[in-house]
Formats: sequence, C-alpha cells, structure tokens
Amino acid sequence: MQLEFISGFQIFLGVLARFWPVWAALAVVLGASFIYRKRLGLYGQLFDSGVGIAGVTICLFWLFTAIFASTVAPFDPLAQIPAMKDALPGAIEPASHGVYLFGGDKLARDIFSRMVYGSQIVLIIAPAATGFALMVGVTLGLPAGYYGGKIDTLLSFLANLVLAFPVILLFYLLVTPGIMDTPIPYAMAGLFFLFPIVFFCVLFWTRFKTRPERLYVLLGLTLVIGGWVYAGLVFDADPLKIIHIDPNQLNIFVAVVFASSPGVFRIVRGLVMDIKTRDYVAAAQTRGESPWYIMLWEILPNARGPLIVDACLRIGYTTILLGTLGYFGLGLAPESPDWGTAIKDASRLLRSFVHPALPPTIALMSFVLGLNLLADSLREQSLKD
Amino acid sequence: MLSFVARRLGTMALTMLCLTLVVFFLVNLEPNLKKLAISQTEMHTSAEQLESWLVKHGYRQNFFVRYGQWLGIMPKEPIIDPATGKASQRFTFCNDPVEKTYAGILQGDFGCSTKFKATVSSKLFPALGATGILMFWVLATMVPISLVIGILAGMREGSRTDRTLSAASIATTATPEYVSGVIFTVIFASWLGWLNGSAASASQGVTFYNFTLPVMTLAIYGIGYIARMTRASMVEVMTQQYIRTARLKGLSFGGVVVKHALRNALIAPFTVIMLQFPWLLTGVVIVEVMFRYQGFGYTLVEAAGNNDIDLLLGCSLVSVFIVLITQLISDLGYAYLNPRIRVQ
Repeated sequence: MQLEFISGFQIFLGVLARFWPVWAALAVVLGASFIYRKRLGLYGQLFDSGVGIAGVTICLFWLFTAIFASTVAPFDPLAQIPAMKDALPGAIEPASHGVYLFGGDKLARDIFSRMVYGSQIVLIIAPAATGFALMVGVTLGLPAGYYGGKIDTLLSFLANLVLAFPVILLFYLLVTPGIMDTPIPYAMAGLFFLFPIVFFCVLFWTRFKTRPERLYVLLGLTLVIGGWVYAGLVFDADPLKIIHIDPNQLNIFVAVVFASSPGVFRIVRGLVMDIKTRDYVAAAQTRGESPWYIMLWEILPNARGPLIVDACLRIGYTTILLGTLGYFGLGLAPESPDWGTAIKDASRLLRSFVHPALPPTIALMSFVLGLNLLADSLREQSLKD
Repeated sequence: MLSFVARRLGTMALTMLCLTLVVFFLVNLEPNLKKLAISQTEMHTSAEQLESWLVKHGYRQNFFVRYGQWLGIMPKEPIIDPATGKASQRFTFCNDPVEKTYAGILQGDFGCSTKFKATVSSKLFPALGATGILMFWVLATMVPISLVIGILAGMREGSRTDRTLSAASIATTATPEYVSGVIFTVIFASWLGWLNGSAASASQGVTFYNFTLPVMTLAIYGIGYIARMTRASMVEVMTQQYIRTARLKGLSFGGVVVKHALRNALIAPFTVIMLQFPWLLTGVVIVEVMFRYQGFGYTLVEAAGNNDIDLLLGCSLVSVFIVLITQLISDLGYAYLNPRIRVQ
C-alpha cells in the first residue's frame, strides 16, 4: 500500500502546531518573568543576558513538553501501526489520517510521540535523582568538611572509592536484571531515601529547638510526608496507592544517585572547609551554637551559589547518564520511549534509515545544552554579586 | 616527597583491594552465578545440573576463599572427581593446574575467561593495546585543538572570538558520545559517504577512512571541557601584574601571550587533561560498542553481559588502576609544574 506524504514545510508547521500548549505556557511564564524580573532575585537576573534567556527557554520548553505530553503527542508512544513501519517523515497514517511527523521506527511507532513521551521519563528521573544525590552529598559533606579528622578521612575514602569506578562498570554491576532478585537495590534505596528525612529533621530541630510549638508541627509534617513517600518508594506500600515506582526504575534511580552523590560530597566538603574560616562562623561558635546549627543555618546558605550551579550541571549530567543506561539497554524496559533507548534502537539501523536517530539525539542534546547555558549564566550572575 | 608518593600508593592499593572485593561480591550474587551456569551448560539443563556445574567448577566454595584464590593468597584447587579421586583441570581451555598452586593476581595470573574460552591475559592485553592506539589518536587530536581554542578564547576575554568559541565549547560538553557518534555517522557516513561508519576493520590496520569517526566522537566531548578550563586559566593569567608589566615594557601582544602567559596558563589544563581519563574510559566503552572496535571497552561489555567473572575482575582492576594512577600523576605533575605548590 502506498503511503501519502506531506511536504517538508507542512511537517514544520505541523510540529509547531502540535506544541501549541507548550508555546502558550512558555509565553505566559516567560512574559510574566520578564515583566517582574526585577523582583525575582537570582531567577530574574537570568533575563539580563541572552545566554540566560536561552537556557531558561530551553529548559522550560522541555518541562512543559513533559507536562503536556499527552496533548502534544498525536499517537500512543507504544502503539504499533504495521503500515507505518520505517515510514519516512511526514507519512499520513491511512486509518486515522494522523501524520507521523518524524516518521515511524522499525516497530512502526510514531517517532515524534516517542520523543515527546521520552521527555517525561527524563524530566522525572533526572531532577529527582539529582535532588536525592544533593541531599546525600550535603548531609555527609557538611560534617566531613566541618569536623575534618577521622570522619573526613573515612567519608572521603568512601567517596573516592565510588569515584574511582568507571561509571559504565558501576552501571553494568548495579543495573542488571539479576540484581532485582536480591535485596541490594532495596537496601540502597532504603539508605538513600532516609537522608532527606534525616536532613529536614535536623534542619528544623536545630533551628526551632526552643520553640516547641513550631518544632513539633514541622517535625510531624516531615515525618508524615517523608514516611509516606519512603513507604511508597522503598517498600511499594503506599497506603493511598498514589506513589508507586517500578522496580527497574527504582534500580536505575538508586544507581544514578549512588554514582553522583560522591561528586556532590566533594564539592560540599570543599565549600565547607573554605566557609568555616569566616568570621560569622567564629561568631556563631562564640555564641555557643551547636555544630549542626552552624553547618545547616550558617554555612549551607552561604554555599548555595556554587551548589545551585552544580545542581544545574548535574541534572544535565544525570540526563546523559540516563541516556547511557538506555543506550546499553540497562534497566529501562526495551519498549520504553526514553531518548537513550531510542538512540540505541536507531543507531543500529543507521545504514538503512537515518530519520529515527535524529529526533531523540537532538532532544537530548538540546535539553543538556539548555541546562549548561542556565548553569553558565547562573555562575556569571553569582560572580557579579 | 617520597613518603607522599608511598602513602598515595598505599591508599591506591587499599582502594583497589576494596573495589575488587565489591566487584567480586556483585558478580558472585546468586542470580549472576545462575546466569553464568546457564550460559556455560547446554540448553534446557535442570536446576540440579546447573548446581552441580557450579559445585564442580568451584563456584560454591567459601566466598573469601575464592577471593583469596583470585588474589593469589590462597591455593587454587583442581576438580577432584568424587568417584575416582582423580584430579582434573578446572577449565581445560586455560591450562589450569592439576595440583594445588598459588595462581592469582599477585602471581600475575588473571584467571580464565568463560566467555572467550581463553585466559584473561590473552584477551585483555591485546584489547588494551587496541584501545591504546585509539587513545593515542584521541589525545593527539583533543589536546592541541582544545588548548588552541582555550587560549584563543581566553586571550581577549569578552571578544567576539571568545563568545563564539565559548558557545561552541558549551555545545560540545552537552553532546555525549552516543549523540555525537550518531550525528557524525549520519553526516559523514550516510549522507556524504566520506568515512566508514564501522571501525571493525581498524583492528587489522588503522586508516583515515575507518578510524576518523571513533576518534572524532571521543575527542569532541573532551575538547569543550578542556577548552573551557584552559580559557578560565588563561583569563586569570591575563589579568596578572606581570602581563601588564610585559605589555608596558613594549612587548607585542603575541609575544606576551606566547612567552609570559602561556606557560602559566597551561598548568591547570594539565590536571584537567589527566582527570579526563576516567571519563574517557566510559567514552571508550560507548565508542567501541558503537563503532564495533574490538578494544578494552568492547571486552568489558562482553564480560559484563555474560557475567564472565575473571575477565570482568581483570577489566575493573585495569580501569581502577588507570583512574588512580592518572590522579596520582596529575597531583605530582601539578606540584612539579607549579613551584608555588609544595607537596605536603
């Protein structure tokens, strides 16, 4: 059966039209941010340079694409329509008269829809894993830098141990189907997911020790919300059945957190060692504040600039790591629409068909580029102050 | 200085011991041993046969005994047939000993690859050689290009050249190997047809036609990063007093850059280049798999995919060694290049 095609210009218009909710959301958010940029602090300052605007726009573009994926994507990312196998871009699907804007892949799925849905996986796992890595790195890096001595030696040795592993080897060992039968991923998840709860408990305890009426509310909230998320993620036992994570996604998540938290640890440790020589830390020590109060409420806020920049770069790096996992077919389901898996599938068939390879590669590249630009302009802004 | 190096080497040995123990633990998890037994026996073997294969080949001995055997501080034992009491080789394709011998890493014996049915050393070292060739070409292109870009950009901060080159470097750091590899293959192999999309033939002989794509893919990611570091270092040097003095003395701008700025600006990139090696290792795995080049990365993937215990341990030992030794060299080199830093 002969397929009908639309022209290149029509493909271009079609893609623009499919992204309409994204354009609308972008216009609202960017417009509002630009008007009120003077009052928005560091975020507002990003709009002073072209690089910053480009970075924010690209990141928000993918964020909104992930949010509105079901509206943007014309087809189900897993649906196979046999007539569309390896269809070239712009092919019209005979039954529904919908268009495969970027063509079909070897399993006759719509490449455009897969790219759009792929953004969801990346934009959920990468920032969340970075967040957890940040929590682990901060909670361990603060005492290592502040106390020094034996704690520092031990924690630094452990961090260097993980950093000495080539990432790819670590993933091959930690993200295999076999390891799901052992308690290792769950034990690691149980350990890592404990850090945010501990972090916030200590954070509130040190600050509101003398004001029980605030303290008990905050501690209670932390324990209830934290415990709820913890039960859902680690034991898959969320009583309300809202929080749920697939075992293989949990495995990937844990491996990514494990691979990137030593990096955060090293940065935090270095920053703390620098900041603890400042006068305001000496003043707090003279006031008789507890060490954890000084670490969390005096040192950490003053280390936020480099940490925010690092977090941006790290989300990009985590995206690259997720792509690597997908490229080697580790962890994610083979039919998963994430960009790495799509690149793997397409790169094996480059000799015959080129078009399935380009959308996921360009998507991944642009998202990481956006994050790098964002980090670059954040760094420039924080240097100006 | 000597005691510093000795202490670093001691930490290195301890790190390698810990890491190999972790790897040893992970490859000997029950599901992984099952996978190995299934791949090594015929199809449709029963659970008992799998178990007996594992027992027969010594995989059911105590974990620490086996780790000791691999290290070479415990003797390796041959298979004893329970019926006849006769000793036979554990793996015939590796010339395993028929009597108790100490044959581990410390004795220089890397063990036996179950996937390739050969000794690990006969597989690992040629692969390392092949990767060495790749690495040589990558470094030979990456280092000069990135230094030139960094110096040109950092020479006049904020100029148009600086902006363009910086933007280009940010773009390349956002492009992991599996992305740039695909894009280059599409452009140079599929559309233009100038280069070969596979480097499988490069094992026989390296040519421009079959080797450019892997080298280019691997180099491009590092170029951006090193160039940015060089630029930052160059910018810092160019604001120093002695540069102004040299300019006021009447030296030409080119002369100042080459004679005064360059030498001081190149100290930081040296460290960065050295610390790029761990990242290059991951890149090597991706590139070798993508372009089907039979080197270290390809061997590592094969070993991991088939749970080839000894080969995987050998690979991790080598890669961890490379990571640690480059860290040591970067520290020592930094102290050597920069007389203001003294090794503590």
